[in-house]
Amino acid sequence: MRDVAIVSFAQAKNVRRELDANEVEMVMPVVSEAVEQSGIPRREIGFTCSGSCDYLAGQPFSFVSALDAVGAWPPISESHVEMDGAWALYEAWVKIQIGDIDSALIYAFGKASMGDLPDVLTLQLDPYYVAPLGPDSVSMAALQARAYLEATGRSERDLAAVAARSRKDAKTNPAAQVTGDFDPERLLGEPYLVSPLRKHDCPPISDGAAAIVLASGDLARKVCKRPAWIRGIDHRIEAHGLGNRDLAKSLSTAEAGRRAGLGTGAVDIAELHAPFTHQELILRDALGLGNEVRVNPSGGPLAGNPMMVAGLARFGEAARVLMDGQASRAVAHATSGPCLQQNMVAVLEGE
Amino acid sequence: MSESLKPVTAIKAPVHLEFSYTAGRASTRFLRGMAQGKILGQRCPECGKVYVPPRGSCTICAVPTDVEVEVTGKGTVTTFCIVRIPSDSLSIDPPFTCAHILLDGADLPFFALIQECPFDEVRMGMRVEAVWVPKEELGPTFESIKYFRPIDEPDASFESYKEHL
Repeated sequence: MRDVAIVSFAQAKNVRRELDANEVEMVMPVVSEAVEQSGIPRREIGFTCSGSCDYLAGQPFSFVSALDAVGAWPPISESHVEMDGAWALYEAWVKIQIGDIDSALIYAFGKASMGDLPDVLTLQLDPYYVAPLGPDSVSMAALQARAYLEATGRSERDLAAVAARSRKDAKTNPAAQVTGDFDPERLLGEPYLVSPLRKHDCPPISDGAAAIVLASGDLARKVCKRPAWIRGIDHRIEAHGLGNRDLAKSLSTAEAGRRAGLGTGAVDIAELHAPFTHQELILRDALGLGNEVRVNPSGGPLAGNPMMVAGLARFGEAARVLMDGQASRAVAHATSGPCLQQNMVAVLEGE
Repeated sequence: MSESLKPVTAIKAPVHLEFSYTAGRASTRFLRGMAQGKILGQRCPECGKVYVPPRGSCTICAVPTDVEVEVTGKGTVTTFCIVRIPSDSLSIDPPFTCAHILLDGADLPFFALIQECPFDEVRMGMRVEAVWVPKEELGPTFESIKYFRPIDEPDASFESYKEHL
């Protein structure tokens, strides 16, 4: 295996509604910042891969027009995944492993504000038996939350504690959308949105963009003082039908974590792509993260959740902590699909 | 074949989504220009290319194109085709002419209709001008320009637009 590291990360501030910039205008400053920070000249970057979803904007091939932001003429080597940018990072990592390139630019963008996000997310469900019934994303997460609370004996108070901690940690993250000091007891006084979930258990709807540059071995060491090395990475998927899965557990996360080499040593921090409070607890259980592991020091998706971006941002936030020298081993996680259907886990290390 | 063995070939699964378009900074400037009968482009600060309509970035240099440039409605046909296939979604009857038009001072041709010209007289290098809708019908839309028509100027030389095919 070749050594591959994250050498730069940039993201736009997460906002509820970006009315000024279109997708290209949102992506461009973020890509420019990541490329500049990487120290690798744009034309020397071997591969570009992006993650986005045309359903969010309601524009076919919106990912093609986003290429205006990266300087794609004369033609560059490029690819796209209709998924969170974390899966674009995985594709780029594989391409570097094959050995024909040494660096890659990954970017992701999502402007959920242009449509009705819960309705858009319904369209990712089984098109024959589930989608026509129209269950929205929050209701499905609530099914999972109920299953988890009943199965584990955890309480809604535990969920409120996750929300309060996320919003508090997000105060130091300039990209965060929902920040502040909240008393978990008072949060529990709020009405249910879809029981057992209250508003604080759900992520905000966000517009945003993020970019990462990957580099291999010597190039990474040359351009970055303290690269965030990807020591292991894996992703696993579960059945499409929610009834075929144990919603209270995340077997795919556990398996991806095992294959990524998580068990070979302690970790300091974890950036988990858990859009709902109970999902952070499910992921903690699946990855065997004890109380000594600091989870989502950035505030996580509960503080800002741009679709197709938030997973890639977890990789960026975990890498940033390592590049800053504040930790030496971190977990980055990304999810896709309803109720943690598909999960990616990477183990990152500073030098 | 009995009724029970007939294949199930369809279910009803209606989908309805509504989206609100965000034009973005560059397109907003362009569309507001359209409402005033003006064609506004943007120049790349690095390579100097002028994009009409502007998308806010230079696709070559990957930098914001923040210098606004007004161009006239005069330009050159760089390539064209005669459409002879009827379609329900078209508001005009075939045959008609579609062309790529490079406006004077711009570096990117765009797609437009050519009219007021027999379709078999359209040619590469032909000089054309924009025909706008009446002033009271101008709006923030590309449809403020109805079509392009020939003008009485000598054809542009191939050299002058060969980089823009």
